[in-house]
Amino acid sequence: MGKTLFDKVWDAHVVDTIKDGPQVLYIDKHLIHEVTSPQAFKELEERNIPIARPDKIVATADHNTPTVNQHLPIKDELSRNQLDQLTKNCEKNKITLYNLGNENNGIVHVIAPELGITQPGMTMVCGDSHTSTHGAFGTIAFGIGTSQVAQVFASQCLLLEKPKSLRVNVNGKLKKGVLPKDVILYIIAKLGTNSGTGFFCEYAGNVFEEMSMEGRMTVCNMSIEMGARGGMIAPDETTFEYVKGREFAPKDAVFDKKVAYWKTLSTDADAIFDKEYSFDAEDIEPMLTYGTNPGMGIKISENIPTENDTSFEKSLAYMNFKKGESLINKPINFVFIGSCTNSRIEDFRVAAAYVEGKQKAKNVNAWLVPGSQRVAKQIEEEGLQDIFEKAGFQLRQPGCSACLAMNDDKIPEGEYCVSTSNRNFEGRQGQGARTILASPLMAAATAIEGKIINFTNHLN
Amino acid sequence: MEKFVKLIDTAVPLSIENIDTDQIIPARFLKATDKKGFGDNVFKDWRYNKDGSINEKFILNNSAYKGSILIAGDNFGCGSSREHAAWALSGYGFKVVISSFFADIFKGNALNNGILPIQVSKVFLTKLLEKVTANPETKIIIDLENQILRTDIGNIDFEIDPYKKLCLLNGYDDIDFLISKKKKIAAFELSNI
Repeated sequence: MGKTLFDKVWDAHVVDTIKDGPQVLYIDKHLIHEVTSPQAFKELEERNIPIARPDKIVATADHNTPTVNQHLPIKDELSRNQLDQLTKNCEKNKITLYNLGNENNGIVHVIAPELGITQPGMTMVCGDSHTSTHGAFGTIAFGIGTSQVAQVFASQCLLLEKPKSLRVNVNGKLKKGVLPKDVILYIIAKLGTNSGTGFFCEYAGNVFEEMSMEGRMTVCNMSIEMGARGGMIAPDETTFEYVKGREFAPKDAVFDKKVAYWKTLSTDADAIFDKEYSFDAEDIEPMLTYGTNPGMGIKISENIPTENDTSFEKSLAYMNFKKGESLINKPINFVFIGSCTNSRIEDFRVAAAYVEGKQKAKNVNAWLVPGSQRVAKQIEEEGLQDIFEKAGFQLRQPGCSACLAMNDDKIPEGEYCVSTSNRNFEGRQGQGARTILASPLMAAATAIEGKIINFTNHLN
Repeated sequence: MEKFVKLIDTAVPLSIENIDTDQIIPARFLKATDKKGFGDNVFKDWRYNKDGSINEKFILNNSAYKGSILIAGDNFGCGSSREHAAWALSGYGFKVVISSFFADIFKGNALNNGILPIQVSKVFLTKLLEKVTANPETKIIIDLENQILRTDIGNIDFEIDPYKKLCLLNGYDDIDFLISKKKKIAAFELSNI
């Protein structure tokens, strides 16, 4: 029987197998940030264990950082302390840190690909569930807890049970205005939030093959929202072209040799998956969520389902929506374009193309938070900043921002926010805030109208 | 890590499905740099009203329900990888969580912190939630060695990874084990990188 992409990468990293137990998996790259690493550093220090491979760790400050006045000292004492701790831990252990203000700083899942740290065939981990993003490169990448961060610090390995395999195929032609975010929201709405639990997912079909790397990252990013630890897409010419020439990417002959290997990673034709689903691209429309988990999504043309279930009703009560109603024309006061799901240059290009020459609605606060310093620079260089500022959008500095509202970027209680982030959990964007997940195009259109519209009627 | 062998205690029934880690510990409480103190903020936005007063309707605030066992609705612990969720539960005093489904990362985090996640069938979960809600004094016996959960509505066997079981019974953690593999890891690095 043939091997899957996942099998090939996994098997190449197994150091040891325990009889009737887990396997020891070697980790090629370990990304860390300020929130989930301090307790792991402390654990090792207390046990007097050195960090095994500091050269394989890259750190950034992103979760708990302000998105305005980054040059000034951080006001919140606890946040400042957490960031100071990261700086001290990295200095002490000789770990590369892209701190606030550094030209390479940004959201961990945005900077690693753009610096060429993320490469096909690797194993990558980070104390963050959206590490699945890097699977877009044909990488086994997944989120880990802080105890596991300490394990990787101590040994550069993890003890893991090999997950089961799942493949999601989407073939056909996407409709106008349907973005990668809609594709993944559609898949999660169809399969539910725990369909992937215990599985590693591969996305296959012409829809993913034709996507840019940015689009693939958006898709793989949300694999965890259907419960899958990670999601992967087979590396191809699009992948190689993206990686080539980036700062930490292999160069010249080494690169060519790597490409030859990366080409062998695709799933064999006779490989069998434990679970497999297929969808038609034509069935997908711009998507919106109406509830308090990412599986509660509908197409723009659909109404909220009518289910008699306590959890469902609790969700709708939180969102202040009614069963069977449409979201079209719902007034919206907050729009957020950002997060590790949708804060790459392509996301801002698509939003700017819609916004150009228009004005945001008076009632809307529209926040744009680039994923990295490099994306911020590109926004300026490509003239997108002008477009957004003329339209009344507020361009902030890079970071995780209102996706998890750890910093001051919080949506006020009771307000709706059309957000390009990944989670619409209760209180995720601020206590009592109501999140509607959508694509950057839907977010831009909402900001212009001040309410939800079916923008596909406005596209040329 | 503390050893876990056997537990006899009452339980708190939390009949809500899809409890995500943002509910277990909201992000605004993730600024600490040690593992202590998270128990004070477990389920913070459910335990307290918006004005800061205690939400009397929430089960954790009902003094009739006590104990180190939490029984929760389907798909417990989905969302963020924050281990702070496990620290918050254990800081509050929970040693066992019973549900019909657990998210992967939470399950691993719980086991790495001496919390035993026990997966039961949906039917048994419903019965157990009903029983404990009706009678808060209901005792639950958890015998890890024999992988049996005993109550007066019936006994059930539960699954646990044999390696993880050994870790819990002995209070070992993965770091000790991985460091014992140092030679093999070094050999792997030499031949592959």
